[in-house]
Amino acid sequence: MGIVSRGFGGRRRAPDENLPPGQYLVTDFPVLSAGPTPRVSLDTWELTLAAETGQPRSWDWAAFQALPQEDITVDLHCVTKWSKFGTPWRGVSLDTLLDGMVTTAEFALARCYGGYTTNLPLADLRNGQAWIAFRYDSADLEPEHGGPARLLVPHLYLWKSAKWVQRIDLLREDEPGFWESLGYHNYGDPWREQRYWGD
Amino acid sequence: MARAAVLGRLTWQVGTVTEVRDETPTARTLVLDVPDWTGHQAGQHVDVRLTAPDGYSAQRSYSIASPPGGTKLELTVQRLEDGEVSPYLAETLAPGDPLELRGPIGGWFVWTPADPGPVLLVAGGSGIVPLMAMIRARAGSGNRAPFRLVYSVRSADAALYAAELADRARTDAGLELSYVYTRSAPPGWPGPAGRINAGILTAGRPAPPGTAVFICGPTGFVEAAANLLIDAGQDAQTIKTERFGPSGGQP
Repeated sequence: MGIVSRGFGGRRRAPDENLPPGQYLVTDFPVLSAGPTPRVSLDTWELTLAAETGQPRSWDWAAFQALPQEDITVDLHCVTKWSKFGTPWRGVSLDTLLDGMVTTAEFALARCYGGYTTNLPLADLRNGQAWIAFRYDSADLEPEHGGPARLLVPHLYLWKSAKWVQRIDLLREDEPGFWESLGYHNYGDPWREQRYWGD
Repeated sequence: MARAAVLGRLTWQVGTVTEVRDETPTARTLVLDVPDWTGHQAGQHVDVRLTAPDGYSAQRSYSIASPPGGTKLELTVQRLEDGEVSPYLAETLAPGDPLELRGPIGGWFVWTPADPGPVLLVAGGSGIVPLMAMIRARAGSGNRAPFRLVYSVRSADAALYAAELADRARTDAGLELSYVYTRSAPPGWPGPAGRINAGILTAGRPAPPGTAVFICGPTGFVEAAANLLIDAGQDAQTIKTERFGPSGGQP
């Protein structure tokens, strides 16, 4: 426990087992991005998935939309302390995209329109834990929230859910992404409060 | 050197409030002495943690307003209506009180005196805070690269650091200051209140080559300013942004 702040009572709600340590609940949907929102046209949009060997898989928008879709409702946790419960998305599971892909890679690096990158273990993209999401709350995903399509990995802090995702490389060696190179935790589990290096 | 400040574990430290300074009716600067502070870069922020007697705690991030150097740290806190932490920091906390914090955090939205190029700073509301740290860091260094600040506020009485900025615009060689008043312009202001536009952002001329842009403010403001600059020919890769608050809205 930290030192007591004289006169601070807080505005606590009932303890919520769904709220990770150090987080507070919001009802709006804040936006955090390191640069301008990139302008991505559906005419030229392409998603690529590349293993360490073999032919990469690519989908244009029409081919991507033809894949099996899932509706999911998940809680979001941002490293800047806000959490948002029950967010409804539609997306394509990474299990679908990875199905039958031969790889011995243990790591993944997501690369995005605009240049953003983020890394995570490949295991965290499998088994119903990750999607390429393109609709939010029954509408096309807005550009500032990552539209036309973003990675959604809700069990990790939200910076891992890369907006404007363009390509995912499967790698044998872990490669720190953008925030992971700038002081933020390499894995980012909200339940272990892995915000920064050394947490 | 400064890069090393983000290496290793960010442990909680205890600072002591040495002074509080009202900036506007709803914003206050806390001057802290943090004995074990290892330094920061202009533009970085800290996490602040408040703890109630029963152990309940709340954390928030605040930008550092002071330039790098020493163990003195200044945070300017805008009191948010319905906020949990900011009213305590902006009203209750008093000189002599301890405050727990850890940092510095954020190695991207930073400017150092070693950066030689011209700089355009675009602030919406309390988004001025990390940009003020950059202006102060420049003033304290030999760096005289052109700095231009475009500062959008609701009205003159909502502007943070107004007196210091007016002084600096006179004394800091190469610093240029432009205000945008979104709700009401002060008496004698040439023109109506209104939102930021391309003419104000570019001052009607192309940005000098190599201009680095820092935009900080509410999401709607940052999106608008970044889009205007890109439409005016600014390379998106030269624009760094920091957004806060709910989606949408402009100060």
